[in-house]
Amino acid sequence: MDNALVTVLIAMLGGAIRVSTPFMFVALGETLTEKSGRINLGLEGNLVLGAMVAYAVSYLSGNAWLGVLAAGGSGLCLGALHGYICKLPRVNDIAVGIAMMSFGTGLAFFFGKPFIQPSAPRLDAIPLGDWTGNPALAQALQVNPLFFVGIALAVFMFWAFRNTRWGLIVRMTGDSAASAKAMGVSVDLVRFLATAAGGFLAGIGGAFLSLYYPGSWNQGLSSGQGLMAVALVIFARWDPIKCIFAALLFGAAGALGPSLQSIGISQGYYFFNAAPYILTLIIMIISAGSKASARDVPGELSITK
Amino acid sequence: MTLTAISRRRLLKVGAAGLAASALPFGIARAQTNVVLGIVYVGPKDDFGWNQAHAVSVESLKALPGITVVEEENVPETDAVSKSMESMINLDGANLILATSFGYYNPFVVELAKKYPDVTFRHAAPLWNKDKDPANAGSYFPYLNQAHYVNGVAAGLSSGGKIGFVAAKPIPSVLSNINSVLLGARSVNPNATVQVIFTGEWSLPVREAEATNALVDAGCEVITCHVDSPKVVIETAEGRGVKTAGHNASQAPLAPKGFITGAEYKWETIYKSYADDIAAGKTPPNFLVGGYNNDMLRNTPYGAGATPEAIAAADAAIAALVAGAPIYKGTLKDNAGNVVVDKDYDNYDPYLDGMNWLLEGVQGSIT
Repeated sequence: MDNALVTVLIAMLGGAIRVSTPFMFVALGETLTEKSGRINLGLEGNLVLGAMVAYAVSYLSGNAWLGVLAAGGSGLCLGALHGYICKLPRVNDIAVGIAMMSFGTGLAFFFGKPFIQPSAPRLDAIPLGDWTGNPALAQALQVNPLFFVGIALAVFMFWAFRNTRWGLIVRMTGDSAASAKAMGVSVDLVRFLATAAGGFLAGIGGAFLSLYYPGSWNQGLSSGQGLMAVALVIFARWDPIKCIFAALLFGAAGALGPSLQSIGISQGYYFFNAAPYILTLIIMIISAGSKASARDVPGELSITK
Repeated sequence: MTLTAISRRRLLKVGAAGLAASALPFGIARAQTNVVLGIVYVGPKDDFGWNQAHAVSVESLKALPGITVVEEENVPETDAVSKSMESMINLDGANLILATSFGYYNPFVVELAKKYPDVTFRHAAPLWNKDKDPANAGSYFPYLNQAHYVNGVAAGLSSGGKIGFVAAKPIPSVLSNINSVLLGARSVNPNATVQVIFTGEWSLPVREAEATNALVDAGCEVITCHVDSPKVVIETAEGRGVKTAGHNASQAPLAPKGFITGAEYKWETIYKSYADDIAAGKTPPNFLVGGYNNDMLRNTPYGAGATPEAIAAADAAIAALVAGAPIYKGTLKDNAGNVVVDKDYDNYDPYLDGMNWLLEGVQGSIT
């Protein structure tokens, strides 16, 4: 049983590293957007479109990293479109987000047709676990560079929100548009840029899905991961560092179902497969109950208006 | 293209003008009726899986004289499929509708069959009921588990006998494929085992990749699967350096190093026979099941992962199945120790359609 426990723990570690990256990028992008006072629910669309564009560009150009960049670009465009539409008077950002989600996935399905069959060059992993001599652990520690990019980005965002002028401007627009206006800051411009940049990050998350893990493009690829990542932002209380932990936890919980079956605990796999969602619900209920957490919500978000 | 569509529409008008027109093909000795075959897929037709298997088969029919094919992909199992089928009938003049996804049948195919009694509807799952459903509807379904049995034979001799199986849902046809892989492997290697992980959904790429990794970590040497699109499973297993056996369509190009063979449908046998019947003015059979014995299955050509002994044994197993050799031979116990197979069952015995057990030697649970 000890051996089996180790297997499950290694699988959860591996799952956390493999599965978390797209959640991380989408959640960081959404954090940036929401910090500026706007909600973009459409990041699922950016994720799927990013996955398609990354796969297509990687296949056509032969360079996977070019695909990643193109995916970011496609996300940027979708984000910018969302940002622009929401700038117009009496437009609800949540409704636009839902429209953008359908638009992004529809666009990806439409143009992605010819790319389901071919195999595109994929991103390489850095083998960090070869020294352990344990094949399962070595496999779990195959880490894609984007994982580290995501962590570095989260640390940078955490620092930038507190310590840079740009960070302060984003937070101010998110907390009180009136004060921002009084300071001479263009609220619309800040939100437009924050939404576009958030869209860029979500696109990168999509590239990870199609170019690394699971590593192929098809229409069921995301199955709602972009939506879950938006929920993770609330769960992480708009804190970039907590976004990382939330994504890791979600990835690890997702590995629980398959790995328990692999060691012979096969009863109740539907329940274990639902573990990530159950866990999210429980933590949300606990964290939302505290008074302190209410302070983290950017004041301009339309859910609080 | 437009011209033929117009002429077909005009034909339909003529048909609608006189109700007796529906009996025309039977009453008058006509040499040939043109077949317009409308087929709906639930997903993209190049998914390396279920939909691709159908699409490849209709593709081969397009070259035949007197057959026109109308296709629509990504049709959800909702009202949308009724609209797709209806437009194929009214705009394209389809006289044979093939609905290829499980959820299309009730109520969509059943209702439409009542509304268009002149059109032949056939659905790819054994759901047609002689007593309740319209006579112009029907079912066809090859028993893929026979080809999975061959997968098992080849996998058992191409490895040490530890086989991993990524399965979608614990329904009888999936369970039968798992059990058949085990029985095939055990027929050549008495110590063979099959370890199964259920993902719970027909298409969930991330969890399928996780399940494949977990099986490889658990020591499986061959990975096979029953999910809608096996691409992710086969590619992930190939990336981990283990051998693979396919499902539904040919996945051989995805695994140049480790592919052994795969279980494939040969839908064209069925579709060709339907088209021939309609062209000759006959009603195609309402209920059509089969397997290796009537040319409805095939195994993917052997890949680099298959050893010479495996190829010989698998070819022998195919020959035996063509001759009708049973797969489930008593006495067999399930993995909880109950006797579930007490005698030799014919490969199409109705008892096997209600399978809700995994045999001893399969690690896994259906709940």
